[in-house]
Amino acid sequence: MNPVFRPRPLLLALGALLLLAFWLSLALGPVSLPLGDTLLAALRLLGVPVGGAELQQAELILGQIRLPRSLLGLCVGAVLALSGVAMQGLFRNPLADPGLVGVAGGAALGAAIAIVGGSLIGGLPAAWSPYLLSFFAFGGGLLVTAIVYRFGRRDGQTHVATMLLAGVAMTAMSGAGVGLFTYLADDATLRSLTFWNLGSLNGASYPRLWPLLLVTLGVALWLPRRADALNALLLGESEARHLGFNVERIKLELVLCTALGVGAAVAAAGLIGFIGLVVPHLMRLLVGPDHRVLLPASLLAGASLLLLADLAARLVLAPAELPIGIITALLGGPFFLYLLVRGRA
Amino acid sequence: MLRADNLSVRRGPCTVLADIDLHLQPGQVLGVLGPNGAGKSTLLGALSGELEAAAGSVTLDGRALGAWSGQERARRLAVLPQSSTLNFAFPVLDVVGMGRLPHASGRVRDGEIVAAALRAADAQHLRGRSYLALSGGERQRVHLARVLAQLWPGGEGQVLLLDEPTSALDPLHQHTTLQAVRDFASQGAAVLVILHDLNLAARYCDRILLLQRGRPHGYGTPDEVLQAEPLRQVFGLDVLIQRHPERGHPLIVAR
Repeated sequence: MNPVFRPRPLLLALGALLLLAFWLSLALGPVSLPLGDTLLAALRLLGVPVGGAELQQAELILGQIRLPRSLLGLCVGAVLALSGVAMQGLFRNPLADPGLVGVAGGAALGAAIAIVGGSLIGGLPAAWSPYLLSFFAFGGGLLVTAIVYRFGRRDGQTHVATMLLAGVAMTAMSGAGVGLFTYLADDATLRSLTFWNLGSLNGASYPRLWPLLLVTLGVALWLPRRADALNALLLGESEARHLGFNVERIKLELVLCTALGVGAAVAAAGLIGFIGLVVPHLMRLLVGPDHRVLLPASLLAGASLLLLADLAARLVLAPAELPIGIITALLGGPFFLYLLVRGRA
Repeated sequence: MLRADNLSVRRGPCTVLADIDLHLQPGQVLGVLGPNGAGKSTLLGALSGELEAAAGSVTLDGRALGAWSGQERARRLAVLPQSSTLNFAFPVLDVVGMGRLPHASGRVRDGEIVAAALRAADAQHLRGRSYLALSGGERQRVHLARVLAQLWPGGEGQVLLLDEPTSALDPLHQHTTLQAVRDFASQGAAVLVILHDLNLAARYCDRILLLQRGRPHGYGTPDEVLQAEPLRQVFGLDVLIQRHPERGHPLIVAR
């Protein structure tokens, strides 16, 4: 099972794929723009004086609707894939998912509290409600992860196996909470709750983008600095300590990056499954487990995959839109089964 | 050098290791023998800083082990655990290369060292293979190469702790591995090795520590320690002590 690709060509190819996916995601939609116009309008947005008045409509669509959505998709895909790498490294298990530490369950509970709780007290102020929703989802994810992390601590050490089990328990409890709010919800609220749980880039706007963009940048700059430590961690925790790494600190950083990254992604776009599990795994098959390559490769592939999945969500039933979680799960589920079967062979 | 003074370790209410006084000497190989559960791995854990001492101290160059920074310590002290849980398909070269992570010696030098360490562990033919495709014994040799690479070339002041490095090896590689460890020690490093094979210990160790229920039962040269009476007391095994016909070291045969 030697890697198929050398690192440099793969990273270049993934970079090109991301550019292409980004370009398509800017151009295609209910109102499709010619690819050339998209490029020119994007250049105009960046302040390059090209083309003329005929590009104004394209520039408007791009600037107001497509660009925030595409950037949001890029960030969500990138940060979910990076968090997946971090968790698979932390648990030394290629089948670990960023949701394992409870962040996704906690974020879903936070969102349910905001959506249903808001409607129970007579509706949140319309101008605030998307931000309150994001805030609650982010806070819920962080809070549950903090509890899970706390359960894993004993005698100044973090026991990842305990943490994993605590994550399972806390996710189940969060699920029960979501269930309770689902029961309390009226029909309209139920619908928005359900849609939120399936994930969508539909609500993209610049105010929603900035916090996620910031977190994504942070995670994308921080995790690669820990690539060597992640490699050493795969040998085992004591081996990593004997190689001079401060393992307790690394574990905290990994959990923190994941909680912030997944929390922010879920807050901005709802629950989007399987990217965090499938992308790192796929990249590992292509270039091997070395985190110095795996991290940038997963970032590029996760962002590309999410942009393409969002394109499919937009185009399949246009002008209606599918929740993107349906697309990623439809693609991710069979792939996961394939990995299981392949592992057995 | 690595030194343990009056070291003891507790696990919950039980004292699992007590009264350990050790001084690892440069260029020497110390063998640790004892039945299962005698505290051999606990001793190694305490000497490597992995387990906390309930009493006594472990010092490297007169400085408490905990006072060293992780990286500084890793450049001086390498540990080979009994088994590894690596479950990812790294190429063998990368696994051994991880031994160079505490260093900043550059890619070219690291490559030379990895190659030399692989040769020393008789694993150079595995260099291109995936770790997961190796047998248990081959994996053990790759990890030995990794810890050798961590200290390479192994001058005075460096310490290598090995927990049963020969447990999965065929007879030939039991000898080549311990010979490699001996050669490494002859460069000046101090080595502690946990062994189960009394004859391997007799042949390759300069000194031997015999552990029984967490306490030292004997400490000295193989000739002093490997005698019928202490071995019967510690292992409950009746043995005859002969001489190796060519090398003269003790040869232990069960009666």
